[in-house]
Amino acid sequence: MQEMIRNKALELLKTGKADRVLAWRRGAFCYDVTPALFTDPEQLQKELVFDLFCAPNLSKSLIAESKKPGKTAVFLKSCDSYSLAQLCKEHRVDREKVYAVGVECHGTCDGESLRAAGITAPLRARAEGETLVVDTLYGEKTVSKQDALLERCRCCKSSRLVDCDEILGRQGEEHDSTRFDEVRRLQAMTARERYDFWQTELSRCIRCNACRNVCPACSCEKCVFDNPASGVENKGAANSFEEQLFHIIRAFHVAGRCTDCGECSRVCPQHIPLHLLNRKLILDANDLYGDYQAGADPDSRPPMMAFSPDDPEPDVIYGRTQP
Amino acid sequence: MQRIGVFVCWCGSNIAATVDVQAVSDALAQEPGVVLSTNYQYMCSQAGQEMIQSAIREHGLTGVVICSCSPRMHEATFRKACQKAGLNPYMVEIANIREQCSWIHKEKATATEKAIALGKAAVAKVHLNAPLTAGQSPVTKRALVIGGGIAGIQTALDIADAGFAVDIVEIQPTIGGNMAQIDKTFPTLDCDACILTPKMVDAAQNDKNHILSYSQVEQVQGFVGNFTVTIRKKARYVDETRCTGCGLCTEKCPQKKVPNEFNLGMDNRRAIYIPFAQAVPKVAVIDPNYCTMLNTGKCGVCSKICTAGAINYHQKDELITRQYGAIVAATGFNPISMEKFDEYAYSQSPDVVTSLEFERLMNAAGPTGGVLLRPSDGQHPHTLVFVQCVGSRCDGGEKGKPYCSKICCMYTAKHAMLTREKYPDTEVYVFYIDVRTPGKNFDEFYRRAVEEYGVHYVKGMVGKVVPENGKLHVQASDLLGGRQLHIDADMVVLAAAIEPDKSARPLATMLTASMDTNDFFTEAHPKLRPVESPTAGVFLSGVCQGPKDIPETVAQAGAAAAKVIGLLTKDHLTCNPCVAHSDEAMCNGCSACEKVCPYGAITYESKPFRAPDRSTVLRRVAQVNPAVCQGCGACTVACPSGAMDLLGFSNQQILAEVDAICK
Repeated sequence: MQEMIRNKALELLKTGKADRVLAWRRGAFCYDVTPALFTDPEQLQKELVFDLFCAPNLSKSLIAESKKPGKTAVFLKSCDSYSLAQLCKEHRVDREKVYAVGVECHGTCDGESLRAAGITAPLRARAEGETLVVDTLYGEKTVSKQDALLERCRCCKSSRLVDCDEILGRQGEEHDSTRFDEVRRLQAMTARERYDFWQTELSRCIRCNACRNVCPACSCEKCVFDNPASGVENKGAANSFEEQLFHIIRAFHVAGRCTDCGECSRVCPQHIPLHLLNRKLILDANDLYGDYQAGADPDSRPPMMAFSPDDPEPDVIYGRTQP
Repeated sequence: MQRIGVFVCWCGSNIAATVDVQAVSDALAQEPGVVLSTNYQYMCSQAGQEMIQSAIREHGLTGVVICSCSPRMHEATFRKACQKAGLNPYMVEIANIREQCSWIHKEKATATEKAIALGKAAVAKVHLNAPLTAGQSPVTKRALVIGGGIAGIQTALDIADAGFAVDIVEIQPTIGGNMAQIDKTFPTLDCDACILTPKMVDAAQNDKNHILSYSQVEQVQGFVGNFTVTIRKKARYVDETRCTGCGLCTEKCPQKKVPNEFNLGMDNRRAIYIPFAQAVPKVAVIDPNYCTMLNTGKCGVCSKICTAGAINYHQKDELITRQYGAIVAATGFNPISMEKFDEYAYSQSPDVVTSLEFERLMNAAGPTGGVLLRPSDGQHPHTLVFVQCVGSRCDGGEKGKPYCSKICCMYTAKHAMLTREKYPDTEVYVFYIDVRTPGKNFDEFYRRAVEEYGVHYVKGMVGKVVPENGKLHVQASDLLGGRQLHIDADMVVLAAAIEPDKSARPLATMLTASMDTNDFFTEAHPKLRPVESPTAGVFLSGVCQGPKDIPETVAQAGAAAAKVIGLLTKDHLTCNPCVAHSDEAMCNGCSACEKVCPYGAITYESKPFRAPDRSTVLRRVAQVNPAVCQGCGACTVACPSGAMDLLGFSNQQILAEVDAICK
């Protein structure tokens, strides 16, 4: 797949179909893969990678790239393609100035997810069926692929590539995902237990803003948390209430627009399961107004932006049955 | 810094009895920016208003806080008073310490504390207020009346009489509504058709009045003075402009077994029909559920015999979009279903009928030609039992309605009297909880039924009706006599409660008009604005607002028309200056606001902005048309970046109020 992507990228640059290519490059370690912009074919040939560690979602970078003159080619995994479709829908990215190449994806992992599966100091990794073979400093190790993948890939919602100009590999389908199981487990808790759960999780927040900066839905010209006029601006959490407020406000801001790409949890240095807040809102909206997937369809309206006279009118205080 | 004056109203004892007004004005005097804080017995009185005006001049006030009743009551009064003293009216804030404080608290200490908190919130808001100037919007000089019963007809006729164009939208193929089915009217016993049908004809012949029968409102957009309404004109498969109403088709149609809804299913009509002889418009309509041609493609009899060539089996529903300045809801009522009242054996015996069915049985155009005959065997009934309050004044609300349907006492007296007059050989019993006759000549009418016509009025309810050997065995209690009664009746007539028409609820949603728990439309004020809905430009006529009889309905219909005429005579309306505006520096151009705006007030344009590196970038940003925006605030909630805000109700102002209360 890496060869196919390199060849495609070179072809796009050489034929002039794209003025630059947005893809991935390896850092100091094998699992340290970052987004990279290529304009030089030679550099591209040398540096562009595509492997199990290409987890970063490149679509948010297109907000800036699509403002430049000419066309930007981009490689998107299925979840990334949902993000791009959503950004185009919100007029944040000019679709005309993007050449989107969808790539078949079978899940990604990172250093953290490998460590969680018991593998340290990896040098390179490859998938062999359902097994992951990892060369480490301490020799070759194998681990079940399902155990080593990122949480979002273990319960992948869809392999479908949305709104791409071209697809490398096969087009995928939507899956019966188990992604809401954890949300339902939290819902089943008592209010006190749930509060304790979130208090434990969110108290680790160091307000590095990584979740906000990586989130494709968090693309405001001026973020309320940076705006002194907003009344909620703060740079660091002064107390536990503010820690929670930041994440809850962020979850509400992206409600109806979050495609559940899972980048927020992936980049969190404190391993806070932030995606659960977003999934809770997605699940609630699905339960109330019918299933809706942000980014799945360029023309659909998110439930919070649509009205029909038979919409339910939930009562947040009494209407929900709490066990 | 603002110079704020605080004025605490006693409202006589309404506020002062529960709130220590002196303590409130003393506490608010300590708030930042407050240069004057005082209290007075009646702030809305001439003297009170002058007090505010002289304070504005003497102390050079830049903002005013009035702690009084709800802003819905007197905000306009106080704004006007302050404007006369040279203050911008939008620098006035009301703290509601009556409805939201003194009226709902009993303890003075608690109420005083709350009044102070509400006052502080208003002061905090005034600090962030800015003077606003209202614009103007034009008025479309055309009214829409939804419902073509007596209420809608009267409202439309009165509006047309004042020279304004008016459309009646009626869901049935003819106007006339419930009143068209009635035989005689109380308390004068004049023939209903004789008084209604001339009005129907007037409505049809008035060139300012346009009837859209067999039509339904599909969508309402816009606001007072500028509504855009989409109306679905259902296919009647008959060309209205060609049909002469000769009725030949309704005689020749081979499909004879269609229950006739005008006679409540007690006889049959054809698949092509004219609802009744005096229908307006007098145009045939094909019932698509029963027409053989429409269902199987074989028949076409009506088309062959129609000399006018009016039949068109390919007619389609038509969507009409029109502009209106005002809308009147006149959706009326229906008797409730008797399904849940098994004790009266309504579903077991055809001889148990509702009062409306009885009305048809007494009517010359009814299924029996006006001769009172038992539906089961066509025999003349000798003993009749009338049961009042069937489904009215029901506690619990599961089975019936909690309210009094208001018209049943009178029409039951009418039925009893007419029966005794036409058939002196009958015995007539009326079972009642209370007899309520508070109308002009109403009690005299009821007493005539008892005293002159010998109707047996029994205080008590019927417990059970059992059909036995061709009779209806009625078990009832006589509360005044303290005994159980057993009557073998030939017919039982149920005075079914009335309920608002089912179309009212979805219509209220379209109009954003509010409703009570019984689906009656709510008035802007139950006593002082009884024909206006709280939604500007929407008016109420007839039973859709609450149970009423014909004289009351006609009076209210005229009142609604007067309000509509008052609106339509204006060329311009003053807009609400509390409209949305977008902070272009923060706008992402995502279109969320544009999608949720119910008024189409938001557009997008590409504008050049200076980037941090001093280059120029084009950005897509939202623009609000202040003449179209109604300040509903939907966009401010939808905007993910907080770029949309409401003038006069900015997020900052609201949060300042919250902060002041929580401090």
